[in-house]
Amino acid sequence: MSSSGASDGRTSAASGSLVIPGDKISSDTNDRLGHGVIKLNGEMIATKLGYVVVKAGEISITPIHTAYFPRPGDLVIAYIEGMRSNIWFIDLNAPFNAILPMSLAPMKIDYGGTRDAMNVGTTILCRVQEVDEAHSSVVTMKGMGLRKVNSGFVDTIPPHLVGSISSGSNAIINQLKDASNCRIILGANGRIWVDGEPEGIRIVRNALAFVRDNEHSTDLAGAFASHLANGNGE
Amino acid sequence: MGYSDVQMIDENGNRVDGRKAGDIRPIEIELGVVPVADGSASMRWGTNYVIASVYGPMEAHPRKIQRQERAVLDVRYNMAPFSTTDRFRPGFNRRSREISKVTSDALESVVLLELYPRSKIRVEIEVICAEAGTRCVGLTAASLALADAGIPMTDMVVSVASGKINGIVVCDLNKEEDNYGAADLPMGVLPNSGELVFLQMDGDLSPSEFQEAWDYNMEAALKIHVLMKEAIAKKYGGGQ
Repeated sequence: MSSSGASDGRTSAASGSLVIPGDKISSDTNDRLGHGVIKLNGEMIATKLGYVVVKAGEISITPIHTAYFPRPGDLVIAYIEGMRSNIWFIDLNAPFNAILPMSLAPMKIDYGGTRDAMNVGTTILCRVQEVDEAHSSVVTMKGMGLRKVNSGFVDTIPPHLVGSISSGSNAIINQLKDASNCRIILGANGRIWVDGEPEGIRIVRNALAFVRDNEHSTDLAGAFASHLANGNGE
Repeated sequence: MGYSDVQMIDENGNRVDGRKAGDIRPIEIELGVVPVADGSASMRWGTNYVIASVYGPMEAHPRKIQRQERAVLDVRYNMAPFSTTDRFRPGFNRRSREISKVTSDALESVVLLELYPRSKIRVEIEVICAEAGTRCVGLTAASLALADAGIPMTDMVVSVASGKINGIVVCDLNKEEDNYGAADLPMGVLPNSGELVFLQMDGDLSPSEFQEAWDYNMEAALKIHVLMKEAIAKKYGGGQ
């Protein structure tokens, strides 16, 4: 059965261009495959909706939307979602809950005393210790700065924006710290803990709403700097 | 008068809605129509109006449906009670189960399920207004919603149906043509590779008519793929 030339449909995409699943990105076999790219019949094909990034010989896609998948070493802001006698179940903002064994808690707890130490709904700052191939993960609270969070508030941004707001010399998160005079911790899972004066918290909330609304802008850092300069950081 | 006697195409080749044999109905696509979903898309295709939304990947529950090596696609196609002229009895029925199954099978051909072991990806297809070809609209909208949700896929799926009315093969049947026509051939196509992931046939087509319907579907799929790209660029085309 003829396919009416449908197989000619792929066209190459340049760096920065928007691609959808199935679009051909490149035929250059020397490029390494990055996130969101697979090789199919000798061609590099986008598997995600997003923007093409070519950097240091690697082609990848910065996705428009993506779920958070924990990686060992990630600093995350999480909630206690349940417990047994010797472990807690942790909501990481990921498809799967993680576990926090009693042995990795920051305090000495007797067997059966998990609820008294950290009850359901407690916000914690923890680090992903290990992730297996079936996405089961273990977090730890043993480490510098890892603790229960008892003050401030937690806001969220899409997890794929974490890299873009925290990287570079003029990172958005640094601009925000300077403008708001708040303590801010950005988790790799897209949750942000903010603590400070009410006025500073208001600035941060508005700024994060701006980031969420303008996540697909061509120059998010520049747009954010203008946003702060227009009186939103005063 | 039998069904085959209903005249639905004139001597000039114009169909009841003024289209030529190879024309598709007007299509409008919008992404991100359900803010609480991880990805969503709506399609107006002629008078059809379908919203598809995607949730996940998430932990698969109940645990018995989990697959250790890949995710499962949980597709639910549903027609609203007000989507047809006669009230459509709400809830799952044999037809919606069948369409959910074939839609799931078609999407499983492109979604990289092995990246999400033990997970579930939930796809909800809600038909708001039905006018023939809702399974095709639902499948195409679901493909867009999956892309919008950032689910990795090897290609988009475009679905379109051709059929036979008054002995003539035509593309993208409307309600009258679907009700009174002699045959219907819905297909799901991967526009970049030209592969087929879904095919059903209702009625009889000769081999040459089948080929003609196939060609109409392939041609229409490429046109619809362009419309899908334009809709995505309209929503997210800001660039980096």
